[in-house]
Amino acid sequence: MSFLTLTGVQKHFPGGVVAVEDFDLDAVRGEFVSFLGPSGCGKTTTLRMIAGFEKPTGGTITVDGKDITYRPPNQRNVGMVFQSYALFPNMSVADNIGFGLKVRKRPKSDIDRRVGELVELMHLEGRADRFPWQLSGGQQQRVALARALAIEPQVLLLDEPLSALDAKIRIVLRKEIRSIQRQLGITTVYVTHDQEEALSLSDRVVVMSEGHIEQIGTPSEIYNFPSTAFVASFVGTLNLVNAGVIDAASGRLSIDGQEVRTSKVITDAGGDGRVTLAVRPEGISLGEGDSGSNRVHGSVEDINFLGSIVRIRIRLGDEVAGRPPTVVALDTFNEPHLALPAVGESVTISFPPEACFVLGAARDNATASAEVGAEV
Amino acid sequence: MRRTRIAWWIIFVIGALYFFVPLVATFEFSLGHPWGPGGVQPSFDYYATVLSSPDFWGSLGYSFVIGIITIVVSISLLLPTAYWVRLKVPRARPVVEFITLLPFVIPPIILVFGLLQTFSRPPLPLTNTDFGSSVLLIAAYTVLSFPYMYRAIDTGLQATDIRSLTEAAQSLGAGWTRILVVVILPNVRVAILSGAFLTLAIVIGEFTIASFLARPAFGPYLSLLGNNAAYEPAAVTIISFGLTWLAMIMIAFIGRGGRTRVAVTGAR
Repeated sequence: MSFLTLTGVQKHFPGGVVAVEDFDLDAVRGEFVSFLGPSGCGKTTTLRMIAGFEKPTGGTITVDGKDITYRPPNQRNVGMVFQSYALFPNMSVADNIGFGLKVRKRPKSDIDRRVGELVELMHLEGRADRFPWQLSGGQQQRVALARALAIEPQVLLLDEPLSALDAKIRIVLRKEIRSIQRQLGITTVYVTHDQEEALSLSDRVVVMSEGHIEQIGTPSEIYNFPSTAFVASFVGTLNLVNAGVIDAASGRLSIDGQEVRTSKVITDAGGDGRVTLAVRPEGISLGEGDSGSNRVHGSVEDINFLGSIVRIRIRLGDEVAGRPPTVVALDTFNEPHLALPAVGESVTISFPPEACFVLGAARDNATASAEVGAEV
Repeated sequence: MRRTRIAWWIIFVIGALYFFVPLVATFEFSLGHPWGPGGVQPSFDYYATVLSSPDFWGSLGYSFVIGIITIVVSISLLLPTAYWVRLKVPRARPVVEFITLLPFVIPPIILVFGLLQTFSRPPLPLTNTDFGSSVLLIAAYTVLSFPYMYRAIDTGLQATDIRSLTEAAQSLGAGWTRILVVVILPNVRVAILSGAFLTLAIVIGEFTIASFLARPAFGPYLSLLGNNAAYEPAAVTIISFGLTWLAMIMIAFIGRGGRTRVAVTGAR
């Protein structure tokens, strides 16, 4: 049963700027949904429309069956956490958390009890009397979250809440947000441009680009089965390879004269019969692989240790007529006894046909080759 | 480096002399003149005369009350305006700024004649009563305070992330009045205080409008005293100077009553 529903939601700004176009979403009660996309893709505008800070120019928004599309923000019972925390500087931590309850004219004893619960839940013990400027960024964001939760909102909205924090605190708070969300069972919409955040936190991810939804799916679906070229290139790292189509119906392709297969029919080759083939670095293995795998030969260009993984770049061919050689990267887990090839050594690499995505007509070969380094 | 420091000290001393020499001279004159052999002994007799005068306390009290009411009216009018303009219609800011600067262009004499022309006859003959005239005086002083008060409030709002604070308060269920009074006002309090100081200083010393509206204000009292006495006006000037400062300190003390710090948002 859908709890938060957005149907055909649009936001057009004066001057013909389309911020959001035909946005449809059904979130069930207690679901954690992330809006993921680059700056300007419309994710924050959509969140603000759910909060009531922006009026949609089309479509409807319902919460628990009630239409809230044009309801003022202070009558929605939607909690919001801001990137800038937006704590009231003139109020203590306890007053900030209790603000929404005071507005609702709850008895003081109820407010004190609820504030106490949230102070404990957010690990803010001993800081209830402090002012926002006396807290660290992480603590301020905990207060902001506590303040939003205090009113027991039907929907919790978080607008890039961790982006102003340093990496360590971000990871700790991320886990806490997820844990608290599960504990309280509150329907949550989370806006971020950080794919790791979106994939690690969410039940479902909505990938957005230029005001529209590219794909909605579980983190696994988004990562492993991207439905558009944008999703494939935006989520995770990717090798982009310029390939020639040998037989579109059987998914046979050629990379620098070496034949590979995809698991799908190729429908979107360019006029020159070439496509951009995408393969994730972790989808490629050193060696012959299983029977049925694609096998290509090349030489090791360089090896990078990235902590838990080792990234090996393989050159698949030579520069021909000014066209840069095709280079792909593969990731393998780092372990003390890992036998690595030497730079310049000839190797065979393999990847299953299911690991290949065809992302439409090929771009200029030079560009595609250059992106191998840039994307991975 | 040393030369620069000396130059700064020279500028500082000249500035200090510019402010304090007239004050010291006035004070010296208020003690009686000329001093020394053949002259008079310096004394606080004129202060005693002034302080025992009911007219002095009456006019100062009247101006102070009018000043406080003017401050309240001015804040009530300009805080929501500046807030709304910043939040909802930022494009209207230059227009509002221009309007608030008009008192610099239009002399008080024009303003008071306009008020007299309009409100000395039906349908709103306010000048017929003392209360009505005082209302007109407050209205005129409110207009005079616009350039100072608007700028002070606008600067305070600029230094505060009012959009996020407003939206946070809205999402917690607060209406506009509560947002303005409980969230925005305390965070621009220091800025408002500086506008209030200037307003009070203007009201306490204003002569033209109070005189034409025949109000028992401090400005006309000081002028009348100057026409009839030699040393008392100097004593009154020094006393009013001290009392105005005292009033400002009191306002600051009352206004800063909580542990507050302006607009701290974002990462630390």
